[in-house]
Amino acid sequence: MISYLLQAPPKSTTPLIVVGIYLVLLLAFSIINSRRPRGSAGEFFVASRSIGPFLLLMSVFGTTMTAFALVGSTGKAFDNGIGIYGLMASASGIVHSLVFFLVGIKLWAIGKRYNYVTQIQFFRNRFDSNALGYLLFPVLVGLVIPYLLIGILGAGSVLLGVSGVPTWLTGAVICAVVLAYILTGGVRAAALANAVQTIVFMAVGLLAFVLISDSLGGVEAATQAVIDNAPQLLAREGEIGHLQFLSYCFVPLSVGMFPHLFQHWLTARSAKTFRMTVIAHPIFIMIVWVPCVLIGVWAAGAGVEAPGGNSNAVLAKMVLMQLKNPWVSGLLLAGILAAIMSSLDSQFVCLGTMFTHDIVVHALGEEKVSEVRRVALGRGFIVAIVALTYVLSLFPPPNIFDLAVWCFSGFASLFPLVVAAVYWKRATRAGAIASVVVAGIMWCVLFYDGLLAPALAGEHIQGDYLIWGMMPVAFMIAASTITLVVVSLVTKPLPAATVDRYFGIGQKVT
Amino acid sequence: MPNAAETGMSSIGKFAWVLVALLAILHYDFWNWEDRSLVFGFMPSGLLYQALISIGAAVAWALVVKFAWPTHIEEWADSAPADSPAADEQVGNK
Repeated sequence: MISYLLQAPPKSTTPLIVVGIYLVLLLAFSIINSRRPRGSAGEFFVASRSIGPFLLLMSVFGTTMTAFALVGSTGKAFDNGIGIYGLMASASGIVHSLVFFLVGIKLWAIGKRYNYVTQIQFFRNRFDSNALGYLLFPVLVGLVIPYLLIGILGAGSVLLGVSGVPTWLTGAVICAVVLAYILTGGVRAAALANAVQTIVFMAVGLLAFVLISDSLGGVEAATQAVIDNAPQLLAREGEIGHLQFLSYCFVPLSVGMFPHLFQHWLTARSAKTFRMTVIAHPIFIMIVWVPCVLIGVWAAGAGVEAPGGNSNAVLAKMVLMQLKNPWVSGLLLAGILAAIMSSLDSQFVCLGTMFTHDIVVHALGEEKVSEVRRVALGRGFIVAIVALTYVLSLFPPPNIFDLAVWCFSGFASLFPLVVAAVYWKRATRAGAIASVVVAGIMWCVLFYDGLLAPALAGEHIQGDYLIWGMMPVAFMIAASTITLVVVSLVTKPLPAATVDRYFGIGQKVT
Repeated sequence: MPNAAETGMSSIGKFAWVLVALLAILHYDFWNWEDRSLVFGFMPSGLLYQALISIGAAVAWALVVKFAWPTHIEEWADSAPADSPAADEQVGNK
């Protein structure tokens, strides 16, 4: 691990100056714009439910597009070709908006009607079960941690590749900056920062695409090099299997159970606020992913080599090799970090929110924990989890795309729970608990076998971990769904008075 | 999917949902599996096809939002009953 931490060849400092200026401007913007009544938990955790359509679109998109979308997609395209767009991006354009429409809007309405702040509050009350709440908390936090890791590792690999900054330093700075504006302004600061950073990383991504293709002799020459040197990357044959492709469609269902996305949904001013997000999300994904996928395959065509077989550094290598102007490189770095930080901030806030509401307030009682104390406790938990994640980021990283897919698969395996909660009255407490337990056990076993054990053994993981040609998420979702349905049908239904509160959404109130 | 009673869904709304389902099916473009041809001299046809699926998704979702939007949802959300289950944990929205 020590040798890994010390690998940091000195390079130009100009890109770092640009990144430093960007971080300072971001901090100033976030702090100035978050000057709302301080100490109010409603403001800190759900921005007083006042976020409009544009901010919701930007914050939701910025939150879902992390290092996975930039660093990970470029690296995966470098390894497996253009087919990865169909695996994740176009599928997400359909599935994400479907989830926003069918689940997100309902949860927003339920959250507003009953004043919820976290998804655990909702599940606990929907199934009238404290046990379910206490079970979901470690499961969700445990799944958010690898999500945080994706961001910190992505930032580290890019800055190491372009400017030689050691990964431990990048991780520390990124965590500190995001913590600074989050601890000051809560979820409103996250939403505002997300809006700015989403615009920055989309603009910078397009700029990178133009500049890199230009440096390769134009888009036609860049693709011709792929035809000459790595033609297999221009199609899916031999790179991606049919069942693998189909089973990948389950992965984007994860957005239905992201706790940070649930919190963003709750910040919406009204249900209509979701409209722009539902429509624009597929286009935004396309704008970010198509250039990244092309840069990834162009890198293979140009003969770029992934250090140690890990393609995390491919994007950084392309920026470094193709862009000779360090100021432009710095601007691109800032854009990449913008994408990463726009996810980290929401995740940080949601962790604090869950700890405060789902553990502290729920266990001690509302009257024993003042609003100011709640915000302070939320901040303390955020710092503790970020510190833990930072330590984990110091170990040699796995492939970011693969780690992200495992993380998303875990959330996706909980998706049947939220569907049942809003669409199936017959779902029972025991069914919900059993479903979460089965999903958790399956994820732990498969994650250990598919990623953790090989990584600990120092093995290089080639390609996706497949079962009968399919992604593990297909089996996890099947198992949690069957468990939920079977256990619910053989156990006593919840009282109608408990369940009926959550149905009839969209029907005229009489 | 919200039922017709909830959404007051028009025939165009139903068509929009059919379009979403059709796009989900067309997303599995097995006929492009081995196709390495280029469009516009640089764009792999398999990638362009999937990008068009993304654009089609945006159009389909625009139709769903316009013609199959759940009615009365704000009204329902604003009409919290007296026995709100989260009433003991109110933290915001004051």
